[in-house]
Amino acid sequence: MSRRPYVRAGKRLWWLGHRRYVFYMVRELTSLFIGLYCALLTLGLVRLAQGKPQWESFLAAASSVPGVVFQLVCLAFAVYHSVTWFALTPKAMPLIVRGEPVPGNAIVGAHYAAWILVSLVVLVAAWI
Amino acid sequence: MAGSSKPLLWLPFAAGGLVAALVTPVLILISGFLLPLGVFHLPYEKMATFAHNPVGKVILLGVVALPAWHAAHRMRTTAHDLGLGSGPLVKTACYGSATVLILVTTSVLLVL
Repeated sequence: MSRRPYVRAGKRLWWLGHRRYVFYMVRELTSLFIGLYCALLTLGLVRLAQGKPQWESFLAAASSVPGVVFQLVCLAFAVYHSVTWFALTPKAMPLIVRGEPVPGNAIVGAHYAAWILVSLVVLVAAWI
Repeated sequence: MAGSSKPLLWLPFAAGGLVAALVTPVLILISGFLLPLGVFHLPYEKMATFAHNPVGKVILLGVVALPAWHAAHRMRTTAHDLGLGSGPLVKTACYGSATVLILVTTSVLLVL
């Protein structure tokens, strides 16, 4: 055989090499599903603007089996985004109050409290 | 740092990450789980009234535009990590799709 050029192996799959890297990649890929769900929201607004029958067919599509499967996948990634985003906050934005650093747990805890509060407000608003 | 575009990219990125973390899961829970189960109904009249209200418009724009921008920025860096490059093609695909979503959402909210 003639030449056998060297091919660098697995350059695009480097992140499969270690658990940590896999978690990192899953964490970053949450943004893809956040983006896809934003596209679904935009589609919903377009259908809402078109009128009642179009809005109702959008709701039917969202409630169809593929619609639900897609959204449950988005939900899993979205929750993972929330958990990892809250965990990162004290590292990305450390807080100092009256010269004392605020403990990371307090910052993360405040975010979880806000998460619960916002979720309840949205649920109530959608219910009434 | 004069003339740097980084703060312009970063501020909405961070805001979008926070909005996506706080609001997006409950929205998906409603539209993808509680609506199909029949627990929530989201009638047209109610949703149109909400989208017609100025405060409603700002909220709707916020929950679409900020997470969309966050996703675009993050997917750009992730594309680089995945060995897909970070050239104009990746930039256009990421920021371009987010810009389209934001523009469509804005114009729809203006007519609603």
